[in-house]
Formats: sequence, structure tokens, C-alpha cells
Amino acid sequence: MILLQLFWAFFQVGLFSIGGGYAALPSIQQQVVNVNGWLTMEQFTDVITISEMTPGPIAINASTFVGTQVAGLPGSIVATIGCITAPVMIVLVLAYLYYRFRKLAAVQGILSGQRPAVVGLIGAAGLSIIATALWNGTLFNFSFAALNPAAIVLFAIALFVMIRWKPNPIIVLVASGIVGLAVYGLFPALL
Amino acid sequence: MEKQPKLLGKLFISVFLLSAFTFGGGYVIVPLMRKKFVEQLKWIDEQEMLDLVAIGQSSPGPIAINTAVLVGYRICGVIGSLIAVFGAILPPLIIITVVSLFYAAFRDNKIVSLVMHGMQIGVAAVIGSVVISMAKQILKKKRVLSVIMMVAVLIASAVYKVNVGLVVITCALIGLLDTMFRARREKAK
Repeated sequence: MILLQLFWAFFQVGLFSIGGGYAALPSIQQQVVNVNGWLTMEQFTDVITISEMTPGPIAINASTFVGTQVAGLPGSIVATIGCITAPVMIVLVLAYLYYRFRKLAAVQGILSGQRPAVVGLIGAAGLSIIATALWNGTLFNFSFAALNPAAIVLFAIALFVMIRWKPNPIIVLVASGIVGLAVYGLFPALL
Repeated sequence: MEKQPKLLGKLFISVFLLSAFTFGGGYVIVPLMRKKFVEQLKWIDEQEMLDLVAIGQSSPGPIAINTAVLVGYRICGVIGSLIAVFGAILPPLIIITVVSLFYAAFRDNKIVSLVMHGMQIGVAAVIGSVVISMAKQILKKKRVLSVIMMVAVLIASAVYKVNVGLVVITCALIGLLDTMFRARREKAK
């Protein structure tokens, strides 16, 4: 019974979160904290923290975390499957329609408007990630004092390597993780 | 194209690794997928990938999952999309299950937090490079409307935090109207 409740709650989370990432938070909070009372608000904040520290979409992370807390391993699997059921079905239909009708002028028109939007949206997300990485703040509280010199050097090198040689990004990520550990571990003053 | 089982295996491993190493949600994994499937494996061309991302972000659900479904469908039909989704959810499922058991210790671990800090900078650089090459594609077309839309969306989203759904719908409408007007003008000639 609890598994069914988990499935239904996260089915709705998956269905009602358009735009991804933080757009999913309100619907997760509603289901998990307000409707079902599976987590307190404090535990819910922990879920967000975990999501920031670990890979994976926040909605998937939240369903796995809550599922584990409520009903162990079966709970985490059921909640995660619930979360992706509606999106997978809807997107499959859209994929079929896209490959069937993509030559139509109307579809082409809609997509031609979406392409620049995608670049702008990813650019905006990129700027806020750069702000966090380089001066541990947002776009609006830039200050020279908060700039981290080691981070700027590492960022510049990584960016140059990416543009010049186009390596697999995972190599760059792992390398920056190791460099981060070495540099900040040996010289904590740079942090 | 390669043989199907081999192709599915490659698809699964690619999506699994991308998902396992991607911190920070949809807008991080999507550029990485583009890098993998467009530039390295050359399974999908640039234009088509932008379309898939556009569809992925205008449907409900996590963008990374939606884009995985679309890429999988493109490579190997429905089977491909199920394999891709499985690959995408497996790493967070495993990691979060483990982490939720050891959350307190994990949160306070010094080494973990330093590695995370370094990776965050790496992610910033990867996204920077991807945005530069995507923007080049748009600029190459030399269409003023597209360039204005790209910049406007960037500002709307970065500065004014406009809702993503609203941005997506507005841009779809502008694209549709623009195409209709141009079609009518050509007819008038």
C-alpha cells in the first residue's frame, strides 16, 4: 500500500514539473512534505543539499531519497519509476511525432524559435554556475575581493583545454576534482 | 550503423557515465550529451540535437531523462529510449540510496567537499565551452531575429529569472509566427 502511495505521489511530481531542475522543487515539496508528511521541511532541505552534492536530476534524487526513507530499497525503486513514468511516455509520443512530422513548416517554425532559446537558457545556467565556482556567489553580488584566484586559473585552463582539444568532458571533470583536492588540500588558504 | 546489441551497449554506457558524473541537473547534462553524441560519436547532427533538447525541455519531467528518451529513440527506437532512461536513472538511484544511508558522515567529509569544489570549476568550464560552440551555430545563420532571441532569453533567464515554461512557449510562438509571415511574403511575390 505504501509502495502504491509512493508511486502515485512521484507520478504527479514527474507529470507536473516542467522546465527541470529547481522547477520540480515546489511539486516535490507539496507531495512529500505537505500531502504525505514523509519528510519534515528540514529533511526536505537536506534532500536539496544532497542533490547539489551528487549527480543526477533533483526529482530523481528526491524520489530515491524519500523512497529509501519510507520503504527501503523497494521504496526507492518504486518512487523513481513513478517519477519517470509520465515523462517517458509523453516524450516517447513527442519523439514519434517529431520524426514523423519534422518536415512540416509549422513544426519547423516552432523549433526555429526554440533553438536560440535553448542556447540562451543553457547560457544563463552556465553563468550562475560560473558565479558559484569563481566567487561563490550569484551574478548580482560580484566582487573582486570574493574572486578565488586558484579557481580562475583552473577555470581558464579547463576552458582552454575544452575549446582547443574537445576532450571527453568527464576527463576534464575528474581532473578538476583531483586538482581541486590537491591544490585546496595542500594550500587551504587558497579556498 | 553498427549492430544493434553493440549499439545499445554503447548507448547504455554513454548515458550511464554522463549521468554518473554530472552534477547540477538538466542544463549540465544536456550540453554533455550533445558533446558525446554529436561531436564524439556523430550519431546525431547539431541541428537535430538542438531540436531534441527543445522538445525535452518543453515536456514535463527532468530534462536529462527526457533528452535521454529522445536520444535513445533516435538511435534505436523505443528499446533504445528505455535503455537510455535505465542508464540515466541507475547512477543517481545507486548513489542516493547509499548516500541517504550515510548522509551525515558524507556531508562533513573534508576530502569529498574539496573534490566537489574542484569539479564545480570543471563543470563551469565545460558549460562555458559548450555555450560558446552552440552560440556559434546560431550566429553562423546570420538571422537577426535568432540572435536577438538568444540574447533576450539569456537576460530574461539570468537576470529576471523568468519561468522556463513561459520562455519556451513564447519562443515557440515567435518561431511559428515568423515562419508563417515569411511563407506569406514569399507567396505574395
